[in-house]
Amino acid sequence: MRKIITTLLLTMFFSAPAWAGTYNLDIARTEVNITGTPMEKITINGGIPGPTLRFKDGEDVTVNVTNHLKEDTSIHWHGLLIDPAMDGVPTFNKFPGIKPGETFTYHFKIRQTGTYWYHAHSGGQEQDGVYGSIIVDPKGKYPIQADRDYVVVLSDFSPEESTEIMANLKMSSDYYANARRTLGDFFHDVKEDGFGKAWKTATDWGDMRMMQTDLADVTGYTFLVNGKSPEQNWTGIFKPGERVRLRFINASAMSFFDVRIPGLKMSVVQSDGQNVEPVSVDEFRFGVAETYDVIVTPQENKAYTIAAEPIDRSGFAIGTLATAEGMKGEIPAGRPRALLSMADMDMEQMMIDDPDMEMTPADMISGWAKTGTPDGQKALSYADLRYAGIQKDQRPPERTIEVNLGGNMERYIWTINDKKFSDAEPIRLKYGERVRLKFTNHTMMAHPMHLHGMFVQLENGQPAAKLPNKHTVIVPPGQSYSVLLTADEAGEWAFHCHLLYHMASGMMRKVVVAKLDQSDVPAEKGGHHAN
Amino acid sequence: MQIRALLLATCLMLPVSAFAADEMGSMTPEEMQHEHGGGIFHMFRLETEIGSNTDGTTLSGWDFDGWVGTDENKLWLKSEGERADSKLESAEFWALYSRNIATFWDAQAGIRYDNKPKSTTYLTLGFNGLAPQWFETEAHLFISNKGDVSARLREENDFLITQKLILQPYAEVNLFAQDVIEQDVGAGISDGQIGLQTRYEFTKKFAPYVDVHYGRKFGETASIAKSNGEDKDELVGAIGLRLMF
Repeated sequence: MRKIITTLLLTMFFSAPAWAGTYNLDIARTEVNITGTPMEKITINGGIPGPTLRFKDGEDVTVNVTNHLKEDTSIHWHGLLIDPAMDGVPTFNKFPGIKPGETFTYHFKIRQTGTYWYHAHSGGQEQDGVYGSIIVDPKGKYPIQADRDYVVVLSDFSPEESTEIMANLKMSSDYYANARRTLGDFFHDVKEDGFGKAWKTATDWGDMRMMQTDLADVTGYTFLVNGKSPEQNWTGIFKPGERVRLRFINASAMSFFDVRIPGLKMSVVQSDGQNVEPVSVDEFRFGVAETYDVIVTPQENKAYTIAAEPIDRSGFAIGTLATAEGMKGEIPAGRPRALLSMADMDMEQMMIDDPDMEMTPADMISGWAKTGTPDGQKALSYADLRYAGIQKDQRPPERTIEVNLGGNMERYIWTINDKKFSDAEPIRLKYGERVRLKFTNHTMMAHPMHLHGMFVQLENGQPAAKLPNKHTVIVPPGQSYSVLLTADEAGEWAFHCHLLYHMASGMMRKVVVAKLDQSDVPAEKGGHHAN
Repeated sequence: MQIRALLLATCLMLPVSAFAADEMGSMTPEEMQHEHGGGIFHMFRLETEIGSNTDGTTLSGWDFDGWVGTDENKLWLKSEGERADSKLESAEFWALYSRNIATFWDAQAGIRYDNKPKSTTYLTLGFNGLAPQWFETEAHLFISNKGDVSARLREENDFLITQKLILQPYAEVNLFAQDVIEQDVGAGISDGQIGLQTRYEFTKKFAPYVDVHYGRKFGETASIAKSNGEDKDELVGAIGLRLMF
């Protein structure tokens, strides 16, 4: 604290830029051993994940990113408000990507606080290891104090290369499906529900050529906490009674989690880097690319298990909060895998296909949303999130932009408004415009939709002043969800599903925010190349 | 001959290195699109098997099938054939342009060349896709270089005993619009086949199987077979290996 005060005084004295830090990231293929089998993966500064970059609000940041790969790379600063030329999406805003052997110098000024992350936006490098966390400290005190502060980066680690996974999905979209319905399941249904009902269920799904078990497109993952497997057991140390801030980041390529710490209530204080009014929960469903900061106050001198269970229930990402290294808590029993239901389907389309379809009350309950939360326990809902400040822009939207999320699971094609990125024109917004994005999910998978460069306000039923900011919004299967956007950052912004292979197969758009006067469009500035 | 056919099939697959990135120069918007929905992929499946019919004739066969291309436009390749007691009985080689026309369907047009039983070239038109209730469907119309018209319909479906042990019943039927004397077939339904393949998918890419199928000739074609002193039907058992790459 004294250091900060000294710095503050010095700053005032010299009236120079408050903070200016330089950071270096080296991206290279390196041997890692996470699963017990050494293999070559893409690392940042030798590690997976890369280092935690700790910035300060107002800091002038310089990051030198050196590419030691044989292919182009890039780094995108997920959730940061930024000069578009520094956003790191190749070909957008004239950012060329980082060629082999080159160093690209990112230069940007921090103008926010919170927990964010960074990752490659080139091919599938994000799956192959190019991701890390960002903490932005406020200039002054944290509004909510904690004694300890840990980053908890969740990820899904595959022994396969991302290019191989993509090729396999295109070869056979159920390549990784390892929990499909079997004849045995059918006979079980016959026994439970009678032949008529079992036959109808099987043939209803067969008519649509959709799988009731389609919760995850890719399997074979080891789930990691801060780059460590459950066996390696990442551990955060606490003293009983201390307040511990956990900065959860879902840096997975494809995996949604249900996150819990049995025995501890979690007070959610931040979502996607933006402070929210504290909500006490037992667990939360965690979309790919989202972040949540929670405060926990472990009272006992024991090990608490951080358990993040993927929604296909194919394992756990495990970490431990303990009073000493080497302690291990109990790993909770896995929860049953949900089956998708009629409620996870695009109702509109179903009514067109079969207007006489009979739905039982059970059919109306989403299978995807069945978290398996025990009775009496509280799972976070989007509706609970209330912005901790007062939203500056509370205008009603001037227009609504429909964002229809579609796909062809059989051929592994994913679209926005029926078009792949490769076939689509950008979405154009006027600078300063206030719009509503209305997502409608016509598919049976949840899509974590991420917009670069700007936060959206979730229309979650809270009053206009309290709508929470998000950079990534989960749109559940068969559902609609809307958000408000103030287009106050000019530039070309990527807008995509953050499931890596959905983006790679087309579920992406360019959003262009242009000032009315063309000369007002920001010129290229900042970064330069240094060889 | 079977080896030669396999070699040919392998050669057809060579131009498949479509995922190569441009290492020189910055990424172009076209390359960015290529990476987000415009990419070229491929799928090839090869089944080779050996077995016997109830007469004790040793039968071996291959069935190759696959594509290279984008989501919308593909080159579809197919080859199948059979040897009976080391003698090549049938060998087909197909090359079709395949265009995605609906969620689950491709329309196809191209050439089929049969080396055996008679060297014949066909103009081929058809559909390939997934029908409701998960029926993998191939339906093709052929016009031979002699002007004869014929058609083939094939259906198959997967039933899972476990995630790896899979039953695949299939059925195929051939139809002719006219008698084709040099091929010993008569107009109408000429022949059909039903079978059951039971495979164990160690991985999706490597699956040994056992196969039992029953084939028979119908109508005029059956009569011709009878007058030639051939059986009109046959039951075959075989073991094989299914590879995907």
